[in-house]
Amino acid sequence: MTVIVGPKTKPPEAIKDASMARQKQMVNAHYDRLASAKERGEKVAATFVPGNLNELLMCFDMVNNLPEVNAIQNGLRRQSGGYVMEAEKLGHSEDVCTYVKSDIGMMAKGNIGPNGKPLPDPDVLLLSYTGCFTFMKWFELLRRQYKCETIMFQTPYLADGRITKDMISYMVKQLRQDVIPKLERISGVKFDIDRLREYLRKSAKAEDDHVWVLQSAKHKPSPIDAYFGGIYYIGPIFGAFRGTDDAIEYYKFLRSEVEQRIAQGKGPVTPDGDMGQERYRLVVEGPPNYTNFRQFWKMFYDEGAVVVASSYTKVGGTYDYGFRHDPDRPLESLAEYCLNVYTNRNLPMRVDMLENYINEYEADGLLINSIKSCNSFSAGQLLMMREVEKRTGKPAAFIETDLVDPRYFSAANVKNRLESYFQMIEQKRAGFRGAA
Amino acid sequence: MLDRPHHTTADIIARCEALFSDLSFTAAREWKAAEPGRIVVGFLPYYAPRELVHAAGGLPLGIFGGGDQLEVIHGDAYYQSYICRIPRSTIELGVSGRLDFVDGMMFPSICDVIRNLSGMWKLMFPSKGARYIDLPHNFDDDLGGEFYVSELRETCEWLSSLTGKPITSDAIRASIAVFNDNRRLVRALYQLRADEPWNVPSAELYLLLRAGMVIPVEEHNQMLADYLAAVRLQQRPIKDNSRVVICGMFCEQPPLNLIKSIELSGCYIVDDDFILVTRWENSDVALDGDPLQSLARAYLHDSKSTPPKYEPDEAKKGLYLVDSVRKNRAEGVIFAMTSFCDPGLLERPMLQAVLKSHGIPQIAFKYAENSGQMQPIREQAGTFADSIKLWSGA
Repeated sequence: MTVIVGPKTKPPEAIKDASMARQKQMVNAHYDRLASAKERGEKVAATFVPGNLNELLMCFDMVNNLPEVNAIQNGLRRQSGGYVMEAEKLGHSEDVCTYVKSDIGMMAKGNIGPNGKPLPDPDVLLLSYTGCFTFMKWFELLRRQYKCETIMFQTPYLADGRITKDMISYMVKQLRQDVIPKLERISGVKFDIDRLREYLRKSAKAEDDHVWVLQSAKHKPSPIDAYFGGIYYIGPIFGAFRGTDDAIEYYKFLRSEVEQRIAQGKGPVTPDGDMGQERYRLVVEGPPNYTNFRQFWKMFYDEGAVVVASSYTKVGGTYDYGFRHDPDRPLESLAEYCLNVYTNRNLPMRVDMLENYINEYEADGLLINSIKSCNSFSAGQLLMMREVEKRTGKPAAFIETDLVDPRYFSAANVKNRLESYFQMIEQKRAGFRGAA
Repeated sequence: MLDRPHHTTADIIARCEALFSDLSFTAAREWKAAEPGRIVVGFLPYYAPRELVHAAGGLPLGIFGGGDQLEVIHGDAYYQSYICRIPRSTIELGVSGRLDFVDGMMFPSICDVIRNLSGMWKLMFPSKGARYIDLPHNFDDDLGGEFYVSELRETCEWLSSLTGKPITSDAIRASIAVFNDNRRLVRALYQLRADEPWNVPSAELYLLLRAGMVIPVEEHNQMLADYLAAVRLQQRPIKDNSRVVICGMFCEQPPLNLIKSIELSGCYIVDDDFILVTRWENSDVALDGDPLQSLARAYLHDSKSTPPKYEPDEAKKGLYLVDSVRKNRAEGVIFAMTSFCDPGLLERPMLQAVLKSHGIPQIAFKYAENSGQMQPIREQAGTFADSIKLWSGA
């Protein structure tokens, strides 16, 4: 007879450092602000993380709602599986992006936000289209639901690996002639470019500390995990806080925390406390899995694997490559920001970036987490893996999971692959030592 | 004696079938070899400015995947499980040397997979040119139009780098004129099929369009004219079929058997989104003024609505399908979307809702270019045709 044994005890509460707790407060406060926006007469803009124009929206006193972040929050809270199935019941294909289905399913179930309060209907959908076709269709779908205006702000794709004058000109003209006038009309607030400059100045300040934190992973041991921990570090800068004093304070605080860890020779904080000995330094390409986030992370830190750089933490901007929002060129700067987000960069640029990370961060290899329903990230990753391996001589591995659909996370398979990968790294090292 | 055309439809379709089955692209190779300095530029299945390739003295070559004839051996090693078939077989065509004579490739902005394929091409075939054709989703002449003109200008520069010669405005105008002829002939073909679907089987129409992807446009124009002349002289038996519009085949191509199966199951296809590049523009492209601006204006204001294109006006969303149903006197819509096709599958619920609000019957299934099992599709399409006959107007 087969006996199914359930978990004996609830998993222990995740250990969080002070910056994580602080960020949690910020996120909660933002969701509370969103939930009560209409009561205060504030307008709500839904927009996407990559290429979001938070500073511009703030110029119109609009509150920023990010559907991907809602899907992530629902993934982390194990709500997304039900929402995805709900959307499929409504006729959405099993093949498409699970962020979209989680969002649609959430709407169908009353649009309750992570704070347990209903999310307000947006007054405008700002479609910052950085080359992801799913975004375009997602907002067409939401438009049907909310019957509100959708502003298309198109970012040309960096197919040839460079930003041209024509690209900037197209984007700045869209801002001047289309995006800003529409936001003025919808919000009833007159655009003030000096206000935008001030927000951009604040963004740049936070961005400096954000980059410092990400680059702290060059230390050995790395004081941070730039993928699992990185998810927390990108929250304020990629979301609703860029351009605010809160973001400046958060990154200053985070930086001091990381400085302290470096001084103490500590590795990253994990949900189970300080990580043990650093055995493997990895670069990771692709988004994480959110429905089994803690279990996934544990597979790494149990083995002493720390992620020293990741591409996912660049989806909302490639600040470590030198970009900063520039108050002296406000609209051009917004355009450059959108053009530079990671998935708007062509595959050769992405390969160069991963190769550089492996070299600069002295990583042992590249791990790709290929997301079932995200073609923007995933199509072409096997070639990227081969290229990076060829150029760096470091081993690479490939796993497949999904963003927020628990049906596509097979813990045993992922663990097996990771264990084999760590063995491969050991063998490479042994070979290197033998040859020396 | 009757004034007979030079060819019968059977002759013409036999030639089309030979071109369709030839995954070595012999006709295009022979065309290139016939004169020194000729170039061949491949493009993926969506809107690509073929006129510019033609104006550069080149042959635009449609690369429409490998269909069900190509065994994908290498291509699968480049893609994980949940990616559609067409990039795999396109890589297979490249890796197996079948595209070794192609001087450059154009990747129109269809979806994230094809977008990333453009970068893969750069990495895998660095000596071949690869050009991503970014398409505007803003339809103001001053915004998206200006951007698209700059994209077209850069495409001209890229083509010039392949030939070593500049492309003149006159050459582009002349090419637009030849392609206008082609568009007119294709429109006539579509009109004839809508009027007499029993006389223009959709598999024949499809093969005719595919042939146009691998031979010079002038030759294709002659072929279309010959077919139109020949088909008007014949009368095939009329069946009691239901008239349907097919939607979803704008990129990855259906196996020929799938098209035949739908018709065999009791449906006449009276409109579709096969090989959209041949009738992307609804009317002729203007021949006066700056030809790049004419192409851009045609794109912005006179082109087909498809899932990869943004629809700025919510009120117009999906109406193109309703219009097609009405104009072609169709009785229902069959959504045949490619597996793992993000734009198509995300669009489908919106289109279905619009059709529902107009009381238009519909069914949906998915396919891949190498789908082999036609029985379920035949049963589904057959049941749909029967239900239309039984219940429409009830």
